[in-house]
Amino acid sequence: MTFFKADKLAIHFGGVKAVDGVDFEIAEGEIFTIIGPNGAGKTTIFNLISRIYEPTEGQLIFNDEDITNTAPHLIAGRGIARTFQNIELFEQATVLQNLLIGRHAHRSGNLLANIFFLPSTRRAELAHREEVEKVIEFLDLARYRDQRIANLPYGVRKVVELGRALCTEPKLLLLDEPSSGLNVEETSDMAFWIKDIRDLLGITVLMVEHDMSLVNRVSDRVLALNYGRVLTLGSPSEVQSNEEVIRAYLGG
Amino acid sequence: MRFVFKTRYEQDLRLWRHKGDLIGYGIFLAALLALPMFAGVYYVGEANLWLIYSIAAMGLMIAVGFTGMASLGHSAFLGIGAYTHAYLLQNGVPFVFSLPLGGLLAGAIGVAVGFPTLRMHGIYLAIATLAVALITQEIMSKWSSVTGGFDGLPVAAPDFLSIQSEAMYQGEWFSVGGLHVGWTELWSPVSLYYICIVVLVLAALIARNLLRSPTGRAFVAIRDSEISAQSMGIHLAYYKTTAFGISAFVTGLAGGLFAHQISHLAPDAFNIFISIELLLICVVGGIGTIQGAVLGAAFLIMLRSFIPIMRDEVTAGAGGVEMLGGLVRFVNSPGLEAAIFGALLVVFIIFEPMGLYGRWLKVKTYFDLFPLYKKSTFARQKSYVKTERLR
Repeated sequence: MTFFKADKLAIHFGGVKAVDGVDFEIAEGEIFTIIGPNGAGKTTIFNLISRIYEPTEGQLIFNDEDITNTAPHLIAGRGIARTFQNIELFEQATVLQNLLIGRHAHRSGNLLANIFFLPSTRRAELAHREEVEKVIEFLDLARYRDQRIANLPYGVRKVVELGRALCTEPKLLLLDEPSSGLNVEETSDMAFWIKDIRDLLGITVLMVEHDMSLVNRVSDRVLALNYGRVLTLGSPSEVQSNEEVIRAYLGG
Repeated sequence: MRFVFKTRYEQDLRLWRHKGDLIGYGIFLAALLALPMFAGVYYVGEANLWLIYSIAAMGLMIAVGFTGMASLGHSAFLGIGAYTHAYLLQNGVPFVFSLPLGGLLAGAIGVAVGFPTLRMHGIYLAIATLAVALITQEIMSKWSSVTGGFDGLPVAAPDFLSIQSEAMYQGEWFSVGGLHVGWTELWSPVSLYYICIVVLVLAALIARNLLRSPTGRAFVAIRDSEISAQSMGIHLAYYKTTAFGISAFVTGLAGGLFAHQISHLAPDAFNIFISIELLLICVVGGIGTIQGAVLGAAFLIMLRSFIPIMRDEVTAGAGGVEMLGGLVRFVNSPGLEAAIFGALLVVFIIFEPMGLYGRWLKVKTYFDLFPLYKKSTFARQKSYVKTERLR
């Protein structure tokens, strides 16, 4: 069975070929990293997978199902969660509320049950809370639980965003530059968490990352992109010693 | 200093945070219930207007404050609620049905309007809803067979009370504080006042229940970041339309009550200025808070009474003085209210973005934390990485 596969994936914005026929396949339980210089199309691939962009060509397969035409709000329910490069949290809400929004794909009950806050809604809320508390425990967020995002430092926000994605109970987690803006210590925490997410929670991870030490520490396989095309695919050390990759980063 | 110990998850689902909250709201409600015993009819009338505006603004708050959709069209929903309620009452539908029906029709039209317009954001949405307000007002004046056109529509006293008043006619007078209420004329500002309180409590419950359930969280998520709301599985169009519909419904309910308050409906009563007043209430009261609607409405009603008083005082005081002629002309110039409201809107957005309720929270926190309060507790940090935001 195919866990995740991008087949000849392409998107063109007018004449700009942001992603131009990219093929790759991710096996279940893998930590797969996409690297590449700025503008290589890494985040665009994420936006294609989360269906924010409409691919010009190609196909996305997840769990043997074609998700190329799935509506964007249904992607979370299918089991794909993501974080954003520039943190897209709900700033005026507390950490707890943010994480609870992560449970949205698993909600039950209709609008009227919500308006009257029927016992069914109350029970569902308590069950969601239990799940959220597991994530809070996992990421050590307990002391920030009732704080508003707007009052939190950048490093914590990054973790909250990871937590929110975990609350959707994904099978595939997309991390867009998990270490950007973090200090050395926070980055190493992040590396542990990414490994734990795979090892303890059994979630497959697809990430975009610039910090090569983090990439080396956690990734199983690395895909190098430039100008929307695949340069090479292989283990972290193979990719880093690849001549084309070096040329793409250093120029020349 | 208060520290709320949480031992069970249920505590976060309660309507109040701690006992102090509950006592506070209890006292507020008791004071509301007791008000007609101490205040004269004039003040009860003013209080009615306050409560009605609170309810209407609570409706608008669901759209503007929770979901982040600016609307200048809520005068239309207020009007639809009012006209529907009055029309149904006139045709013999009992009050208890016609009031919610007015709200439901407003809500339905809110949903219908929502479908095409809610793709828009900010100022564009405001303009589109402004058009809704203008069109609705036009329909009110042209559809004479239902609305009575410019002659207006008289609002009958509620049915269930008038039936009761005939059945229980005793010719006896009851004294409630300074106010005389007889069964024959049971319908008075005081009856409206108590109905308003019931509807206000219901509206607040709806808003609060929404906020603590997945639906309300989806609204807040859409307000703060549409793109991540979507990737958390929130269907944008559905939730935006729902929010707008509920918002219109609550404002429609307020419209039904407003019909009794003004007792004779005319298209002019639902002009765009009402929308601006409601928006002012939301901003001044504290955007995104339920309590803000009530506080903001109190502020607006007081301001509206204060402006004519000030006008008279200034005219009387400076009338004879040649040099102050400009001042007298200024305070008597038409449109002064609108100018003052607009200026206040700007002042609040710049200097007190959390509104009166935010100010109240700050004062409360100051005493809770005394002497450790620091200003930055409520400082809003602007996030600097919004460059790549997708809409």
